[in-house]
Amino acid sequence: MAKAYSAGVKEYRHTYWEPHYPVKDTDLLACFKITPQAGVPREEAAAAVAAESSTGTWTTVWTDLLTDLEYYKGRAYRIENVPGDDSCFYAFIAYPIDLFEEGSVVNVFTSLVGNVFGFKAIRALRLEDVRFPLAYVKTCGGPPHGIQVERDKLDKYGRPLLGCTIKPKLGLSAKNYGRAVYECLRGGLDFTKDDENVNSQPFMRWRDRFGFVAEAIRKAEAETGERKGHYLNVTAPTPEEMYKRAAFARELGMPIIMHDFLTGGFCANTGLANWCRENGMLLHIHRAMHAVIDRDRHHGIHFRVLLKALRLSGGDHLHTGTVVGKLEGDRQATLGWIDLLRERYVKEDRSRGIFFDQDWGSMPGAFAVASGGIHVWHMPALLAIFGDDAVFQFGGGTLGHPWGNAAGAAANRVALEACVEARNQGRDLEKDGKEILVAAARSSPELKAAMETWKEIKFEFDTVDTLDVAQAA
Amino acid sequence: MSTATMQDYKSSLGDATSRRFGTFSYLPAMSPERIRAQVEYLVRRGWSPAIEHTEPQNAGGSYWYMWKLPLFGETRAEQVLAEAAACHEAHPGNHVRLVGYDKVRQTQGAAMVIYRGKAV
Repeated sequence: MAKAYSAGVKEYRHTYWEPHYPVKDTDLLACFKITPQAGVPREEAAAAVAAESSTGTWTTVWTDLLTDLEYYKGRAYRIENVPGDDSCFYAFIAYPIDLFEEGSVVNVFTSLVGNVFGFKAIRALRLEDVRFPLAYVKTCGGPPHGIQVERDKLDKYGRPLLGCTIKPKLGLSAKNYGRAVYECLRGGLDFTKDDENVNSQPFMRWRDRFGFVAEAIRKAEAETGERKGHYLNVTAPTPEEMYKRAAFARELGMPIIMHDFLTGGFCANTGLANWCRENGMLLHIHRAMHAVIDRDRHHGIHFRVLLKALRLSGGDHLHTGTVVGKLEGDRQATLGWIDLLRERYVKEDRSRGIFFDQDWGSMPGAFAVASGGIHVWHMPALLAIFGDDAVFQFGGGTLGHPWGNAAGAAANRVALEACVEARNQGRDLEKDGKEILVAAARSSPELKAAMETWKEIKFEFDTVDTLDVAQAA
Repeated sequence: MSTATMQDYKSSLGDATSRRFGTFSYLPAMSPERIRAQVEYLVRRGWSPAIEHTEPQNAGGSYWYMWKLPLFGETRAEQVLAEAAACHEAHPGNHVRLVGYDKVRQTQGAAMVIYRGKAV
């Protein structure tokens, strides 16, 4: 028999708290960390989040009775303590797959992290993890090419790739900028990179930059016999302008372009990733603005969720932090999210901050990019942490070499190859790192000079966003 | 700061020794013992060893000449090294490359030139 309509405000938990709900393989699952207002019971706060991020609103409406709420509603199905922090708790919510448009990271996030984040009944809210069901993953394009196709296109195997962000990040003319690119690439780097805020400013318009960079790449390739690339940043004020820049990079025969997926937005990013797949261009993704969203332990979106969104939206490289450099990044948490970026199937592992099994099916993985305040002395640790499917980007650590970019690049390349050789021999990189580099420097004056230049620099501050399990220990 | 005198970075289009050839080509040529350790590594990873070669002037493409078929199932380093040596003997001026095919990830887990051809 059909239900009668009764107007008014009901407690959310009557409809949206279902502790015995059997989770379906096709459900999208989310883990939120909820800090409720004083006096709001956990079940009610969890149910409120489930309601506000799915079908519910604050009061009963008669049109609720025209749909099958049992089919469409999100449900809070589990509550857990946060280790070492009783101000908040984890709420697990299951959403039926049909709440979301196929292949739309935009739509998923508009629901999951929409109005609910400003909801008065909660003091703070953080989206810790999301399990995308395989049925949904299969509707998304994902990385335009993925790790293994990129290796084949660039003919680089058995080691991480090396890059460098050109500095100073603002103010160089296009021709001088191309010089810096050429010097890095002839010295042995695989890639150079536009800084994220290099778009098309008055001091260097994009078309001029692209032209000089293309010449630099062609000459460095002829000189070294190796394939090279520069991440031409096509992040632009409008999608039309973005595609115009991407098309010109393709006309120049360039292998790779770049986009900022958060400031540019998921819509632009997904469109560009599709364009890259259709046009055979690799896509490097920067993450400007991420720390605004992901650094606070109680509010926002954890980086692992932003990373999953990017893998679905599309990108062949993503910045993931370095653990050892100048920017924030906890080691265990980083190991967790680089698995989520690169692997086919990742198991739940709370010690790495992973709340759900994640099956990516046939979706390609992307390279993890370690960039920010790293130099040759970090090489052994970087290789131990990231393994081969990563790009290590030394900006100051290349350009700041006392003999210039080419020498700085050669120093990094020699250090990398020496570390890879040692790792393959079964040596412990983090224990023997110094010995490995000192031995390699005997045949590389460039590496020796680099090691002398940077021997003093360390970045040892506590991580702000530590894992909850580590916080409790 | 470094006290070493500034050095020029020697590399040019006109100098054939500027040409590199992938992983480990920025290190000095490896001794037989060091090459053996790399063979043992790729076998330990479960990859299939293979030998390829090319004239140095044609090193840029995706396809070098295969020396026979990949050594599927071969786990003895000395057998792999003997094939590489035979390839080198038959093509003395060529680059000879050791490859480790990773069939699970459908890529090459390792690729390194173990006999360096004459720069041209």
